[in-house]
Amino acid sequence: MEKAMFYILSGMILVFSLLTVTSRRILRAAVYLLFVLLGSAGLFFMLNFNFLAAVQLTVYAGGIIVLIIFSIMLTSHVNEKLEAAGAKKSVFSFLAVAAGAAVTLYAILNYSFPSVSDRVNDSSMKTIGTMLLSYKDDGYVLPFEVISILLLAAMVGAIIIAKREHKL
Amino acid sequence: MIEGIGLEYFLILSTIVFFTGIYGFLTRKNLITILMSTELILNAVNINFVAFNKYLYPEKLEGQFFALFVIAIAATEVAVAIAIIISLYRRLKTIDVEKANEMKY
Amino acid sequence: MESFGYTVLIPVILFFSFIFIGLAGGKMNKYLSGIIGTVSLLTVTVLSYYTAYSYFFVYGKAGGVYQKIIPFQTEWLRFSEKLYIEMGVLLDPISVMMLVVISTVSLMVHIYSIGYMKEDMGYERFFSFLSLFTFSMTGLVIATNIFQTYVFWELVGVSSYLLIGHYYDRPSAVAASKKAFIVTRFADLGFLIGILILSNITGTFDFKILTDPDGSAITQGSSVAFMGLSVMTWALILVFMGCAGKSAMFPLHIWLPDAMEGPTPVSALIHAATMVVAGVYLVARLFPLYALSAPVALHLVGYVGAFTSLFAAAIACTQTDIKRILAFSTISQIGFMMLGLGVSGYGGENGLGFMASMFHLFNHAMFKALLFLCAGSIIHAVHNNDMNFTGGLRKFMPVTHITFLIACLAIAGIPPFSGFFSKDEILVAAFEHDKFLSVVMFAVAGLTAFYMFRLYFTVFWNKDTQYQKTPHESPKVMAYPLMFLAAASALTGFIPFGNYVTADGSAVETPFHWNVAVPAVAVSFAGILLAMKLYKKESDMPAKISSSLGELYKIVYKKFYIDEIYIFVTKNIIFKYISVPVAWFDRKVVDNTMNGIAALTNFVSVKIKSFQSGQLQQYAYVMVSGMIVLILIALYFMKTF
Repeated sequence: MEKAMFYILSGMILVFSLLTVTSRRILRAAVYLLFVLLGSAGLFFMLNFNFLAAVQLTVYAGGIIVLIIFSIMLTSHVNEKLEAAGAKKSVFSFLAVAAGAAVTLYAILNYSFPSVSDRVNDSSMKTIGTMLLSYKDDGYVLPFEVISILLLAAMVGAIIIAKREHKL
Repeated sequence: MIEGIGLEYFLILSTIVFFTGIYGFLTRKNLITILMSTELILNAVNINFVAFNKYLYPEKLEGQFFALFVIAIAATEVAVAIAIIISLYRRLKTIDVEKANEMKY
Repeated sequence: MESFGYTVLIPVILFFSFIFIGLAGGKMNKYLSGIIGTVSLLTVTVLSYYTAYSYFFVYGKAGGVYQKIIPFQTEWLRFSEKLYIEMGVLLDPISVMMLVVISTVSLMVHIYSIGYMKEDMGYERFFSFLSLFTFSMTGLVIATNIFQTYVFWELVGVSSYLLIGHYYDRPSAVAASKKAFIVTRFADLGFLIGILILSNITGTFDFKILTDPDGSAITQGSSVAFMGLSVMTWALILVFMGCAGKSAMFPLHIWLPDAMEGPTPVSALIHAATMVVAGVYLVARLFPLYALSAPVALHLVGYVGAFTSLFAAAIACTQTDIKRILAFSTISQIGFMMLGLGVSGYGGENGLGFMASMFHLFNHAMFKALLFLCAGSIIHAVHNNDMNFTGGLRKFMPVTHITFLIACLAIAGIPPFSGFFSKDEILVAAFEHDKFLSVVMFAVAGLTAFYMFRLYFTVFWNKDTQYQKTPHESPKVMAYPLMFLAAASALTGFIPFGNYVTADGSAVETPFHWNVAVPAVAVSFAGILLAMKLYKKESDMPAKISSSLGELYKIVYKKFYIDEIYIFVTKNIIFKYISVPVAWFDRKVVDNTMNGIAALTNFVSVKIKSFQSGQLQQYAYVMVSGMIVLILIALYFMKTF
């Protein structure tokens, strides 16, 4: 059952990611991206990372996709068809990408990962919350604070960049 | 851990998504679709983090945390990138990446 | 023992005067700059006289011999342990004497110029360059080492160039200044090589060590031979080449007549009294080396001097430009001085030539400056350089007339004027040393008297020329220097020079030789009488004589075609066979190599410019491909599987 679920989810991710980069209607591409992200969230659920899956859904699917759709609305017409990429460009990009994928897959398949026995893995929200704000050995308070400042800076930066220039 | 599904399956999946994202990045002309391609790339990385966490170091939570941070960074990136795209659109009346080449030579 | 520390002020005052007038001259009243220059020169003159007084009469002697005193010395450039250059002040009889000469003549020229240059546009410029020149010249004579001499030697050349080109809107003046600079610069090449050889074999630049007669410098270098002469001889011949350039010795004399394009006071100061005798001074400065270590070089000095003297005197007899006659006369008199050095020995009775040469330098500075200033006065009055346009000026310009006559008598060697004494002693030295040279010099003495009085009679007697504007006597500010110098020309002969300025510092007896003096004066009188017969009254005799001489006269009048030979050599030989191929090589080979490199760079950059296309995706594509390659390389070398 879980195996079948995995295949369905990964198939969905693969198909929709391909559609995302090939669709010529931009709004549809955004929706296909949403499905890719949903599929990923499903995989996280299957791996028992519930909190992460929830964040994936709310931030990615809820926040980022909405933001992207807003910007599409601001800059393009909904029914506008995108220009197709040139043949030469597509072929060369495909060759490079295929070579890269081949190299990576070759490396992955030739490497024997150690098998690890199943151990306790507490990924409840309580643990995550405690560890995020912990300053002990396994704590993540420093990256957490750095990310906070980054978010603040990005917010200020986005406002300033998008503001009309004569108001500066 | 999913019965019958090894780490390799996740890695193959993320590799394909990753390179699909790069393909999109290289061929798309619209800046917003390029941005979406980068989201694909980041998502592939997230899958990798989670899978490694689960299969190799199940007693720890590093992979999950890094996936969280990647999501946060993706959010900031999108915010700034969209601000730039809007500003560019105002100035050039287009968001075609091939036409935004004022910085050449 | 007096320290003489104040002597360093002499060049310093002049240097600041140059800087001040040069920078602020345009901002203040025109005449103020002349006053400032003159006042600083007056200070320097007082200092120089005081130095001379305390050196010669009070402190300079130790054990009956004048010492070399270095009151000030500082290190200027140090290249290595052994090779370093110092700047300082060296006092010995000749440098102190030169200080007196320079400051006196320069002061007179300054005062004279206040009047002479009154109408001139470049008044401030003129005075600032005069200060620069006087600074350089004093720096030259008080140099403690040969390199300091060289530095100031070049500075003197530069200021001479600037002053000859004072009327820079006249093409002839520009050409003359360039000619003077290039010819002397060419000679200085020899000088520099000479300095390098000299310092290489002796290991020092310092005059005190170089010229110590008991020191090691004298004996070094005479052992190593090169092309039949010792290395020391070659070095000194090369140094003499520099001296010949500065002092206008044959065949490097061609610049001096042309240098007369400069203002007349400049000719008086630089091209008669001070700069042109720098060559004589330098030979005198290195005299122990010449006399004791390289007698062949000293003979060369003597013969070049004698030949130049005769040669220039002959040309002077044919010229008609007042200033050019004086220029050739200067060349001739400097030849006299060189000859005096050439026939001298070191120390004791043999040192008569050296002493006479210095004495003649001193006297010549006075009367030749006077002659030039008188010439300036004449030109000022009639606005013409050519003596054929003058005549009968004695009625209009009494002061100039009398002072000019005194100067002519002095240069002709009529007793009791100063030229008689010094010339007589040179002739005595030549007579004792080399009979042939003394015969030549007697001839030169006669010629000198002839051409000077030819000039004198043509200008002040001869026909009564009708002038467009009645000539007038020069203003007082110009007349006083003339009177002062006339007094000096008349009286300096009585200075017992042998007691003060000698090669080795100890006094030399100057016996009076009747057997030389009487014929010399007789020859001079003959010259004067001939000139009087030909030129006192207007007559056609001179024209007849010159036409009967025919070609010979023409050759002399054309200055033996030396200028033409130079032009032929430079244009037809050097330009044609050296410069043209070099220019071809430069244009075709060097330029094309450089252009080729530039074109290649340009071509490549145009080609690689397209990498910077501004196409984001192209960059990303290159990055991805590069990463793949790098990963492949990493995988290959890590060999983890």
